[in-house]
Amino acid sequence: MQKYSIFNLVKNAFSNHENWDLAWKDPTPKEEYDVVIIGGGGHGLATAYYLAKEHNITNVAIIEKGWIGGGNVGRNTTIIRSNYMHDENGLFSEFGMDLWRKMSQDLNYNVMFSPRGIINLAHSDAQMNAYARRGNSMRLNGIDAVLLNREQVKEIIPMADFSENVRFPIFGGLMQPSAGTARHDAVAWGYARQADSMGVDIIQNCEVTGFDVVAGKIKGIRTSRGNIKAKKVGICVAGSTNILAEKLNMTLPIETHLLQACVSEPVKPVLDNVVTFGAGHFYVSQSDKGEMVMGGDLDGYNSYAQRGNLPTLQHVLTEGIAMMPFLSKLKMLRTWGGIMDMSMDGSPIIDKTHIEGLYLNCGWCYGGFKATPASGWTFAHTIAQDRVHELNAGYSLNRFSTGNLIDEKGLGTKTWIS
Amino acid sequence: MLYINCPHCGMRSQNEFSYGGDASVKRPELNKEVSDQEWDDFVYNRKSLRGKHLELWQHISGCRQWIKVERDTATHEIFRTFKADEEVA
Repeated sequence: MQKYSIFNLVKNAFSNHENWDLAWKDPTPKEEYDVVIIGGGGHGLATAYYLAKEHNITNVAIIEKGWIGGGNVGRNTTIIRSNYMHDENGLFSEFGMDLWRKMSQDLNYNVMFSPRGIINLAHSDAQMNAYARRGNSMRLNGIDAVLLNREQVKEIIPMADFSENVRFPIFGGLMQPSAGTARHDAVAWGYARQADSMGVDIIQNCEVTGFDVVAGKIKGIRTSRGNIKAKKVGICVAGSTNILAEKLNMTLPIETHLLQACVSEPVKPVLDNVVTFGAGHFYVSQSDKGEMVMGGDLDGYNSYAQRGNLPTLQHVLTEGIAMMPFLSKLKMLRTWGGIMDMSMDGSPIIDKTHIEGLYLNCGWCYGGFKATPASGWTFAHTIAQDRVHELNAGYSLNRFSTGNLIDEKGLGTKTWIS
Repeated sequence: MLYINCPHCGMRSQNEFSYGGDASVKRPELNKEVSDQEWDDFVYNRKSLRGKHLELWQHISGCRQWIKVERDTATHEIFRTFKADEEVA
């Protein structure tokens, strides 16, 4: 594989950039693999990469129904953070933050990681107390957290509404300075290119139609491009998890819901943080192109549609305008939707299953993008060693029946309001 | 915008309703022994079907009644609506 470097860039300039290697190949599926990963999204590609890199398992295929990076890794709002209160989430995400910091060098691909900081706004004394508690929990886990008062927030984001007579005045906020954003497509492409270079087969336009399970052990998968034998199979399909689970006669603590996001027309630099509204559900950052990238609530009913409805957008943007009134002047450039694997406690599942050789990675809710490296790393470990790593030990499938839930928001089982 | 035909009030926009989840879930009978697995299935496990899905909605800004709605989760088409206690064939 050609390394991406200034020297190769200059060298290829002499041939008008017509002789670059393909970033990844388009192989025909082999008859058998050591590991098959279903789902060519960020998590699936990262899993294949870490299987090859950390565990030297390279006879691996990624099976993707559409094209790689066409699902949620291409549809998110690119936020990366580890501002969690619970140990399981905090330690897992902070491990991921380390991988994010090294990712561009590690993958020889510029993922444009930008640790610009995230601010969660507080709009009451009670919320400030809750944030102080969360910030302290984060710091105990070695995660940076700063509690900001109103004046400090005003210095960082003067364009927010600090006037006196607002319904939700800004009391302060909790900031994680090391949080940020990254170029989401580059993450998928970077992992794909490296995985491919180490021998992983990336097989696109190949839908999984069934599983071969014999005496409680996985033997392979059936696909639209023929049967593929596999010693181990990892499912990493986010919003399509329930569809594959049905083929395995499994019912999971997961519901599939629709989440929308949108971007405004590009404007001059105005916001150099990620900011979230604390009295509802709205978050905003500014992309390198200048677009304001915004998102918020789920549409609120089970859906596989990957396209949203206007009432939810209106609701979300009303919150945005309450927080930063200047947003009302912007024209909307694009809106889109993706389908989320909402788990019953808001936390993910990375675990073995009752079928030997079958592994499950799902339940990412809103937080899948930032988890991409840590999810791939721990899922690769779980598959390669046939046991969970201590980082994902809490993300077990049976935590629901045993009562060991990790409910960061304390919302319970109503996935559509979380 | 979804339009939901409330069996009590008629056709109304989705803004008047709030969602209540899968309507096929049944609470275990309490006068018999209930296994952990049965509780698990009732509280947490969902099929989350792609296609026809029977679900609960509450007409929260209308008659405030709970109703059942048969809706397609891939196209969002609504086929039928029922009163909460109506049996769905």
